[in-house]
Amino acid sequence: MIDKLKLVSHVDAINWNKIEDEKDVEVWNRLVNNFWLPEKIPLSNDVQSWNTLTPVEQQLTMRVFTGLTLLDTIQGTVGAVSLIPDAITPHEEAVYTNIAFMESVHAKSYSSIFSTLCSTKEIDEAFRWSTENVNLQKKASIVMDYYQGDDPLKRKVASTLLESFLFYSGFYLPMYWSSRAKLTNTADLIRLIIRDEAVHGYYIGYKFQKGLEKETQERRDEIKDYTFNLMFELYENEIQYTQDLYDAVGLTEDVKKFLHYNANKALMNLGYEPMFPKAVTDVNPAILSALSPNADENHDFFSGSGSSYVIGKAVNTEDDDWDF
Amino acid sequence: MLLQADSTRESTTGSTGSAAVDIIYFSSLSGNTKRFVEKLGRPAARIPLYPKDAPLVAERPYVLVVPTYGGGIEGSAVPKQVIRFLNDERNRALIRGVIGAGNTNFGEAFCLAGDIIAQKCGVPHMYRFEVFGTPDDVATVHEGLEEFWKQQP
Repeated sequence: MIDKLKLVSHVDAINWNKIEDEKDVEVWNRLVNNFWLPEKIPLSNDVQSWNTLTPVEQQLTMRVFTGLTLLDTIQGTVGAVSLIPDAITPHEEAVYTNIAFMESVHAKSYSSIFSTLCSTKEIDEAFRWSTENVNLQKKASIVMDYYQGDDPLKRKVASTLLESFLFYSGFYLPMYWSSRAKLTNTADLIRLIIRDEAVHGYYIGYKFQKGLEKETQERRDEIKDYTFNLMFELYENEIQYTQDLYDAVGLTEDVKKFLHYNANKALMNLGYEPMFPKAVTDVNPAILSALSPNADENHDFFSGSGSSYVIGKAVNTEDDDWDF
Repeated sequence: MLLQADSTRESTTGSTGSAAVDIIYFSSLSGNTKRFVEKLGRPAARIPLYPKDAPLVAERPYVLVVPTYGGGIEGSAVPKQVIRFLNDERNRALIRGVIGAGNTNFGEAFCLAGDIIAQKCGVPHMYRFEVFGTPDDVATVHEGLEEFWKQQP
């Protein structure tokens, strides 16, 4: 299906010395500082580890990665690009081109993993699976439909839910392997993708909220209904997709918690209150720790035993010390 | 040389001037940390965003709430506005704890600014939350601070 390509109708030379929204500069700089390429990751160190996985585990891993490849391809080729005509500032347009390119880097990095670990035949089979799996294709078509719609705010909602929710049924697996000291270099690469997606979801969600501020209450209500309906539709499908992938290895329930946790963060990136209660977002600490080494330590000073924590006295330091 | 804050300014709600509040926070234009602090329902002052704004000076012991949005190069975790605020030794002398905001997606950089400030100031990194915090985060921090201030001399 080829639709008429929508382009920005008028372009002026972009002036980075005249900024309308500081967030554009901040995020541009952040993305540029975070730039990476898969060639920098020593994936070949995972060959031995790959060979310790069972055939079922290997097949699962490849399927998960082709699923992620599809999402990154959509986001690079359609999703981020579709946001450009809706941009309010020229710098916002530039940020989307950065996001689009980085999504293409992500998509390509899965192929680096495949070519390092798998045979051509296995790769071809995994890609064939990705075109035949009903729930993966449905996930792609739901999002694609909204990208081709004519509502800029709805496009941003779909894009944020992709960046901040739809990837996580896939991201779970490399974090799981990492927590078991398997495919650790692959996990390092995936962590870079996860970091990028957080900035993308945060930025697109921020621009969504800026756009929503200008709308009437009626329209805000409409968008909120739409967002939660889309979230439910995608969530139902994610559960099916998760079962397709993880039932064979008995991890489905663990993955669901990770989905709930990330669905909440996706909604928060859009400015909405989290939907799933604490009881179903208790992500396996090993997964959380694989994601962020600081996340599962007991940093809750308030609920800890106060007596064991001696509060340090503030040290009077010189101003020189504050050169971070 | 740091500018002297204008002591005639509103002390609890203004974005500049002096602050007799027990929470001081930084929040970027996205306002996520501001939203968390507002949900706490405690007197709070925001560190000014722009260099042209008068600097904020704490007047009583406080807990600092600071976000980290990044990953990437270390050395840029603490927002420059917060560095400016903490470069005032009066503000360093009154800090009693740090609460970090961020996203676990940033891996080792999750709430990194909170870690750095806690270490530099010798105060506990009390809590970490993501984006603008869940209702559970808000309740835990609200009750925690209530208790914490009772125990302070």
